[in-house]
Amino acid sequence: MKKILLFIFVLCGLVLTAAGQQKTVTGTVTGAEDGQPVIGATVTVKGTSVGVSTDINGKYQISVTPGSTLEFRFLGMKSREVVVGATSVIDVALELELKGVDEVVVVGYGTQIKSKVTGSISKVDGATLQNIPVPTVEQALQGKSAGVFIESVNGKSTGTTNIRIRGSSSITATNQPLFVVDGIPLTTEALNYSGAVINPLTSINFNDVESIEILKDAASSAIYGSRGTNGVVIITTKKGTSGATKLNFTLQTGFNEASRRREFMNSQQYVKYFQEAAYNSDLIDGIDPINNPADYENSWLEFANGRMERYSGWAAILDGSGNYTGSKANTDWQDLAFQRGRILSADFSAQGGTDKLKFFTSLSYNNSNGILVSNGIEKINGRLNIDNKVNNFTDLGFTLSLNRTKIDQVSADNAFSTPMQLVALAPITPEKDLSGELSQLPVTTYYNGLLDVKYANRNILEYRTVANGYLTFSLLKGLKWRNEFGFDLYNLKENGRYGKETDTGAGSNGYGFTNYAQTQNITTKSYLDYLTKIGDFDFSGVLGTEFQYTSVDNARAEGEQFPSDALKTLASAGLITGATSTVTQYSFLSYFSRLNFDFKDKYLVTLSGRVDGSSRFGENNRYGFFPAASLGWVLSKEGFLSNNSTISFLKLRTSYGLTGNAGIDNFGHLGLYGIHRYNGLGGTAPSQLKNPDLGWESTRQIDFGIDYGFYKSRISGEIDFYAKKTRDLLLNIPVPETSGYGSQMKNIGSVDNKGIEFVINTNNLTGKFYWNTSLNLSYNKNRVTNLGEQTIIDQGSARYMNVVKVGEPIGVFYGAEYAGVDPANGDALWYVNTKDANGIVTDHTTTTNDFNSANFVVLGCPTPNFLGAITNVVGYKGFELSFTFQGVSGNKIHLIGDQWMAANGVWYDNQLTSQLASWKQAGDVTDVPQARLGYDNGDQSRNSRYLSDGSYIKLRTLVFSYEIPKRIAQKAGLDRIRLFIQGQNLLTMTRYKGWDPEVSTDFLNDNITSGCDFYSAPQPRSLVFGITIGL
Amino acid sequence: MKKLLSIIAIAFFCGIFSGCNKQLDLKPSQSIDEADALKTDENVKAVLQGAYYQFGQAGIYGGCLLRNAELLGGDGELQWVGTYIDPRQIYLKTILTTNSEVDLQWAESYEVINTINNILTALDVVNEGDRDRVHGEALFLRGLMYFDLVRFFGEQYKFGTTNDQLGVPLVLTPTKVLGPDNFVTRSTVEEVYAQVLTDLTLAASLLPEENDVYASKGSANALLARVYLQKGDYANALDASDAVISSGIYALQPTYDKVFNNDNNTSEDIFATQITPLDYISSMTEFFSTEDYGGRDGDIIILDGHLNLYSPGDQRYDLFFNGNGSIECGKWNNKFGVVNLIRLAEMYLIRAECNMRLSSATGATPLEDYNVIHTRAGLDPAASVTLEDILLERRLELAFEGFKIHDMRRLHENVASLPYNDPKLVYPIPEREINANPSLANQQNPGY
Repeated sequence: MKKILLFIFVLCGLVLTAAGQQKTVTGTVTGAEDGQPVIGATVTVKGTSVGVSTDINGKYQISVTPGSTLEFRFLGMKSREVVVGATSVIDVALELELKGVDEVVVVGYGTQIKSKVTGSISKVDGATLQNIPVPTVEQALQGKSAGVFIESVNGKSTGTTNIRIRGSSSITATNQPLFVVDGIPLTTEALNYSGAVINPLTSINFNDVESIEILKDAASSAIYGSRGTNGVVIITTKKGTSGATKLNFTLQTGFNEASRRREFMNSQQYVKYFQEAAYNSDLIDGIDPINNPADYENSWLEFANGRMERYSGWAAILDGSGNYTGSKANTDWQDLAFQRGRILSADFSAQGGTDKLKFFTSLSYNNSNGILVSNGIEKINGRLNIDNKVNNFTDLGFTLSLNRTKIDQVSADNAFSTPMQLVALAPITPEKDLSGELSQLPVTTYYNGLLDVKYANRNILEYRTVANGYLTFSLLKGLKWRNEFGFDLYNLKENGRYGKETDTGAGSNGYGFTNYAQTQNITTKSYLDYLTKIGDFDFSGVLGTEFQYTSVDNARAEGEQFPSDALKTLASAGLITGATSTVTQYSFLSYFSRLNFDFKDKYLVTLSGRVDGSSRFGENNRYGFFPAASLGWVLSKEGFLSNNSTISFLKLRTSYGLTGNAGIDNFGHLGLYGIHRYNGLGGTAPSQLKNPDLGWESTRQIDFGIDYGFYKSRISGEIDFYAKKTRDLLLNIPVPETSGYGSQMKNIGSVDNKGIEFVINTNNLTGKFYWNTSLNLSYNKNRVTNLGEQTIIDQGSARYMNVVKVGEPIGVFYGAEYAGVDPANGDALWYVNTKDANGIVTDHTTTTNDFNSANFVVLGCPTPNFLGAITNVVGYKGFELSFTFQGVSGNKIHLIGDQWMAANGVWYDNQLTSQLASWKQAGDVTDVPQARLGYDNGDQSRNSRYLSDGSYIKLRTLVFSYEIPKRIAQKAGLDRIRLFIQGQNLLTMTRYKGWDPEVSTDFLNDNITSGCDFYSAPQPRSLVFGITIGL
Repeated sequence: MKKLLSIIAIAFFCGIFSGCNKQLDLKPSQSIDEADALKTDENVKAVLQGAYYQFGQAGIYGGCLLRNAELLGGDGELQWVGTYIDPRQIYLKTILTTNSEVDLQWAESYEVINTINNILTALDVVNEGDRDRVHGEALFLRGLMYFDLVRFFGEQYKFGTTNDQLGVPLVLTPTKVLGPDNFVTRSTVEEVYAQVLTDLTLAASLLPEENDVYASKGSANALLARVYLQKGDYANALDASDAVISSGIYALQPTYDKVFNNDNNTSEDIFATQITPLDYISSMTEFFSTEDYGGRDGDIIILDGHLNLYSPGDQRYDLFFNGNGSIECGKWNNKFGVVNLIRLAEMYLIRAECNMRLSSATGATPLEDYNVIHTRAGLDPAASVTLEDILLERRLELAFEGFKIHDMRRLHENVASLPYNDPKLVYPIPEREINANPSLANQQNPGY
């Protein structure tokens, strides 16, 4: 390390001494607002690598050639340039940058000045994403943008997230936005075969990100046509700037751990509870083994006592009369599921160049253990972005990123082997038996997932290359022809090997599989970009075409009968039990255009449109047209406001447009026979009903927005109202199974989203002590308005209760309404909720103990309707504290796992201590039904007993940093040194009964079945310490 | 230079606007278009193979259908001790309309039926020499589906009466496009049984005597015997079972333990589901066996109520084993073994029962047939036999092979505290099906 630094110092010194010395200029840089000196402002000689910083008094001294230009820069202030004349003292006052007005905003196929944008776009500065200790970029974006709901589905290292921009618009097609990185639509479909879903976006190194623009309304996203409905996330990576090469090195390390836990019974509670449950069941059967010893044989109590002995490892924890004598083991299985994971990352980047050739390059390493035992992710990222000016009319450049990600995989939430399911095991079961081996079946109640930790390996290696090259010709003044060719190659290699001690490998001398998968996504586009100004009239336009082809290949083999656990590859499998290879593909062909007009920078008009064709649609409906129009009026430039001291910026804007959604399976329109095998021979059978009319799901969206700035934009922000109406839903509509099919993809039904977004940014204090606040709040109302001939889509699952129902948000919980416990007998009760012919509940008081007689009613919504976040940044003399509270409200979560762990002892799963409050005798008033072993008493899953409020407020990020004064850093030969502590999810405030209200179990997570918690790991709470060194 | 570039740019755009359309005509690689699927002899036979795959799915003849017959008839001979809730509901006779096992049988059976209905429209492209066989196999599978659907979803057939209680919808034409015809209503139990008999009788006449592991004339006759017996039509059941035995194609295994856990059919198997290592495992193994054999945690344990039925020396008793501290059935310890669906022993027992009931001796006397089965189990031949003896022999010989609930309903035996005709012993029409097909809304079974 020291050697490297020394080397860098030497290099740096060489560069610095190479500059010539002609004339010394001195001066003071102050803030125009307050006249206070600006410390650490950069003063550079334009076009050279010569530069200095201002000292603690705002003073600088620099040697320049007369006639050259000095550039004064400071973050958050407008840059200024001054030509060096005869004077040798140049004092400069820097004005505050009117944030949000003069910024450049990336839009589809181009850029615009924020003040002229007529759509709804939120921009996230890459600087705010740096070093956040989360696996994937979406998580780093949480709380940063109004109207954008982002949740991690659980706390696994693999970072699967749900993103909903302005609500969910589709029931069957995707609701995830389109991700575009440097012009390439990114592959986001997971490729892994086994275990938790692996999010392909973990490959993005978000320290490379310059900015992220989220296109929310139709005017900004319609140029992405059939993939615009769910919004578009445009990620732009850093580019080089001309001047001296700047190096940046960040090292950080820390740990993460489970943010919340639940309370389970201990050994004594467990034994007593199940004896009680068994005895209760005996009394139901009409026998009394306690008072009537003859009844003991074949009683539930005998069965339970037998199981207690078994689960304790036959450790004789009961005496001859079945009394609990205590158990040596009191295992906290929850604790064994978790670990304190180490986080280590190192990030190096460099940028610089000349006017002809600029570059940005980076290399980073990131290793983060998960909070679950055996879970972790390790990433290596490299990037090179180059821009070259070939001659006066040709520019070329390319961006290249390479990634290698290694994942130590854990099972999906529904597998017995997932660490979280360890909580089901009995506390009386010792972790290890007397010989030191892990307890296993039949001593453990279920498969002991720790055996997977010890005897199975599952690793996934991902390799990803994303490259995009461009070649731009200036044809006429203002007219450019830009050509791009890019690809995203995403490879995944997955190996699983389960020893004979694991459940997967038991009975077959071990099991192994290997899986190779690859998505290749090739994009080419060509477009004309025109810009002209005639008097007060500005015009710009884009016209182009794009073609994208994507194919997904997969090859897999599996085998068993391994001679030894030490042999890891299929080469040693005695029996190959499976092998397959598959390929699928899709393509898009598109033509797009956008025209912007503005008059006197006041009256703004934008028109855009895209024609999309896709292989995914039926021959009768293959092409779709997606137009949009938007208007803007900058009131603050009108005479009546131009000198207003309060209102510094005010713009009204409105947009209307049509976008599409093509996020469905590749061949949904064809009538197909799928392939099958029986008795070792291949065959085919009907698998899909034909629908040649299958076409685009289209969304009409209207948006009204106000962009405002007060007091020289010390207060600024946006307010947006929108309404989205999605029609011709791509709906996998359930059909009578008597037809031989379960569902058919059709364009049926409609969904509405309406909402408000509110953003306010304030500079509360400026100067030496500064304090900025930004707040975003949003509300979205989602409603299914039509489902064709049906009024409800209910998959009829006994486990989950999300349905799609006309008049309700997508995925509402629909089940029996729990009415508590009958004080007379301890039976679980439900409201009958008798309905009239229109489905209106007419009787809300009658209860029943027969679950089948309880009519299902809507019990809550899985997605929140209120979102909000507030970020404060406070700083003084190099110290800075920044923290974000983020929260959601209005949703419920279905605790599906509680039908085993909060089931008043129906089976031997360890129970939450909440179950100790079960009904004991007549007259008891409690919410927990009588404990009954083997007899369902309120443990039915589709039951409001297992719903819980999912609202929360989290201290999402907290960063405390200290920037060592420049002069000290420079004495050490460095440009900057920053020390920081960064925390993630340090606090969670919620009434949620489960582990973590930010959840949507990975094995069910889709548009409909969201908001379910099934042994889902809580989000990690992390704390890292880091240092950034700049040269 | 710039002019040249402009020309190239214009040419480029014109080219692109006309050239790329073909790139949108992509075809799947793991499926074939329905238009081609039934075009040739080879393709139709492939669809028949696909129908067998569907028949062998886990939810039906891969094992769960047999397991559920045992659980639904569970009354002190076995106990469900697994964590899965849906089989537990069946065991406890507290089935919800959302029970996934119930829906699985419904969905998977009708998948087979639709596939068969498609094959039946394409028989003319099958080579003439194979046409009868393909036709017969298709009818056999459809008959089997409807038979078990009506047994699980309809009330017990009452012989000699008009069985106008609701059975299941009869769908006899393939679904090509979804239309009003697909919103079907339930036919009566009588109608469904009639269709089953039509299909199987025709199948028996079309099928060859031997047909590898696929349906043969013997399979069709054996299933006919079972159907007639379930109806209480003993005369026809007698004839059909006698036809199978007297064909001489099948032979009992020398000892009982050789009947089970085989990778391939034995001489005793008349029809069985084939499970190969490339497929999902046998669902019978999954639930009736333990981890050591690739099953789950011995989810179904066998109780003294059953074990006490065996006489000393009965080799069938020896198959049971102690797994994880409880007694497990030993018939299903090969996860890739065939799932025995119809075997010759059943035919002897049907013939014995029917001859006994009809006081006849077609093929053999009841005592002779009884002793064939009795002595194969290692027991001494009996000197005389009663109907009860035969029924007990059947209960032991065919234990845990999917006969339990159907025999109890046929023989009017109580299931625990429930009478044989209690509505709780009949499956509900699945909730999702009623939601998707409003025509069924008023046709739910009593008690749901």
